[in-house]
Amino acid sequence: MIWDFFYKLASPRYFYAITGKWAVWLGWLCLILMVAGLYGGLILAPPDYQQGESYRIIFIHVPSAWMSLFVYVFMAFNAAIGLIWRIKLSEIIARSSAPAGAAFTFLALVTGALWGKPMWGTYWVWDARLTSELILLFLYLGFIALQSAIEDPRQAARASAVLAIAGLVNIPIIHYSVVWWNTLHQGPTITKFDNPSIHTSMLIPLLIMAVAFKLYFFTNLLMRARCEVLLREKDSRWVQELVIEGRISEKTA
Amino acid sequence: MTEFFHMGGYAFYVWTSYGVVFLVLLLTFLAPLHRRHKIIALIKSAQTRKEKLARRRT
Amino acid sequence: MLSSNPYLATIQRDLLLGLRNPGRLLNPLLFYGLVALLFPLALGPEHRLLAQAAPGIIWVAALLATLMTLDSLFRGDFNDGSLELLALSPHPFVLLVAAKLFAQWLLTGLPLILLTPVLGMFFSLTGQSIGILLLTLLLGTPTISLIGAIGAALTLNIRGAGGGALLALLVLPLYIPVLIFAAGTIKAAGAGLPVDGQLFFMAALLVLAITLAPAAVAAALKINMH
Repeated sequence: MIWDFFYKLASPRYFYAITGKWAVWLGWLCLILMVAGLYGGLILAPPDYQQGESYRIIFIHVPSAWMSLFVYVFMAFNAAIGLIWRIKLSEIIARSSAPAGAAFTFLALVTGALWGKPMWGTYWVWDARLTSELILLFLYLGFIALQSAIEDPRQAARASAVLAIAGLVNIPIIHYSVVWWNTLHQGPTITKFDNPSIHTSMLIPLLIMAVAFKLYFFTNLLMRARCEVLLREKDSRWVQELVIEGRISEKTA
Repeated sequence: MTEFFHMGGYAFYVWTSYGVVFLVLLLTFLAPLHRRHKIIALIKSAQTRKEKLARRRT
Repeated sequence: MLSSNPYLATIQRDLLLGLRNPGRLLNPLLFYGLVALLFPLALGPEHRLLAQAAPGIIWVAALLATLMTLDSLFRGDFNDGSLELLALSPHPFVLLVAAKLFAQWLLTGLPLILLTPVLGMFFSLTGQSIGILLLTLLLGTPTISLIGAIGAALTLNIRGAGGGALLALLVLPLYIPVLIFAAGTIKAAGAGLPVDGQLFFMAALLVLAITLAPAAVAAALKINMH
C-alpha cells in the first residue's frame, strides 16, 4: 500500500498536485513552532550560570549545525537513489535540498563565530567542529556549482550524484582527521559548547527549534522541488492546461 | 524590556546571530517563490507566442 | 610493441603518449618546485621557521601540482574518441580506467616524489624527515590522483574559464584528510614521536581510494559520454 503511494508520488503531475497542500501545512506548522521555540528560548529560559545571556545563540546555532549534516546525508541518499534506479523525483529532491543545506551550514558557521567571540575572545578558532563545518560548506558549494555548470538536467543530476556520494564517503574521514589534527596542535580543546547536563527549560526550546528547522527544510524542499517539476515538465500537457485554465498564476503560491 | 534587548551585555552577538539567521532563512524562503513566478511567466509567454503563430497561419 | 593484455597495453599506451609530450610531464614539476620556492621568499630565509613549515608547504605544493595535471587526464582521449572505444571494449571499463589512473600516477606522482629530496634540502630538512616526507608522498599522491580523477571525469563536459576553478572547488575539500595526515605525520616524526599509526591510516585511505575511486571515475565518464 505504501509502495503504491510512492509509485504515484513519482509521477510529476501527482507530486505537483499533492505537495502544494503539504508545503502550506508544513510552512504554517514551522512558523508556529518557531515562534514557540523563540518564546521559550529568549524569554522563558533563564540565563546560563556560566555564559550569561550569550548562550541563547544555542537555540539557532545547534539546530543549524544539526540540519547542515542531516541535509547533506539526505541529499546524498536521494542523489544515489536517483543515480542507481534513475528515479527522476529523487534527482529533483537531491537538487532542491542543496540550497537550504548550504544556508544552514553557513548559519552554523556565522552563529558559531558570533558565539565564539564572547566565549573565546575571537571570532574564529580552528576548533574541530567549526573547521569540519567550513569544509562541509565547500562540499555543498561544489555540489551546487556542478549542478549549475551542466545544462542538461539529467546529466547534471547524475554527475553531481557521483560527487555527493564521494562527499558522503569522505565526511566521516574528514571529521575524524580534523579532530585528530585539532588535538595534535592545541591539546584537547575544552569546548565551551559542551554542556553535560542541559537544563530542561533550555532543552525544550532547543528541541522545538530543531523540529522547526527541520520543518523549514522540508517546506523549502517541496517549494523548490515544485519549481523544478514545473520547469522540467513545462511542455507537458498538464502544465500547459494548468496555466491556461489560470489555476496557477504568477501570484499564487 | 530594555533589559531583554540588552541581553546582559551580549546584545550585539545575540541579536546579530538571530538577525542573520532570520534574514538568510527569509531569503531562502523567497527564492523559490521568485523562481516559480519566473517559470510561470516563461510558460505563459511561450503559450502566447504559439497562439500568435497559430493565428497568423489561419 | 603493445602488450596483448588490455590493461598492460593501456598503461603502455598512456606512458608512451606522456613521454612523447615532455611538456605535459615537466610543467607540473616546474610548477611544484616554483610554488614551494615562493614560500621562503614570502616568509623570510630563517632556517628554523622554514624547516617547521616545510611539510605543509611541500604538501600544499604537491596538491596544487597534481591539480594542474587533472584537466588533461581524460581531455585528449575524450576529444579524439578513444575514451569511447575503451568504454565499448569487451573488457570491464572500471579496470581499464584503473590502468589509466595507474599510468597517470607513474607520469605525475612518481616524478614529484623523485624531485622532493631536492626541495627538502632547500628547506633544511634532516635526512630522517625527508625519508618520512617521501613515505607520506608515496602513500598520499596515489590517493589524491585517484580522488582528483573523479573531479576530472565529472567536469569533462564543462569548458571555458570556470572549468579549472570548478575542478579545484570539487576536489580540494576531498584532499583535506590526506593533507592533514601527511603534514601531521612529518611533524610528529620531527618531534620524535612514533608515526606508524598515521602511516597505516594513510595506507588505509589509499586502499579505500583504490577500491572506490575507479568505479566512481568510470561512472562519471559514462555519464559524460552520452
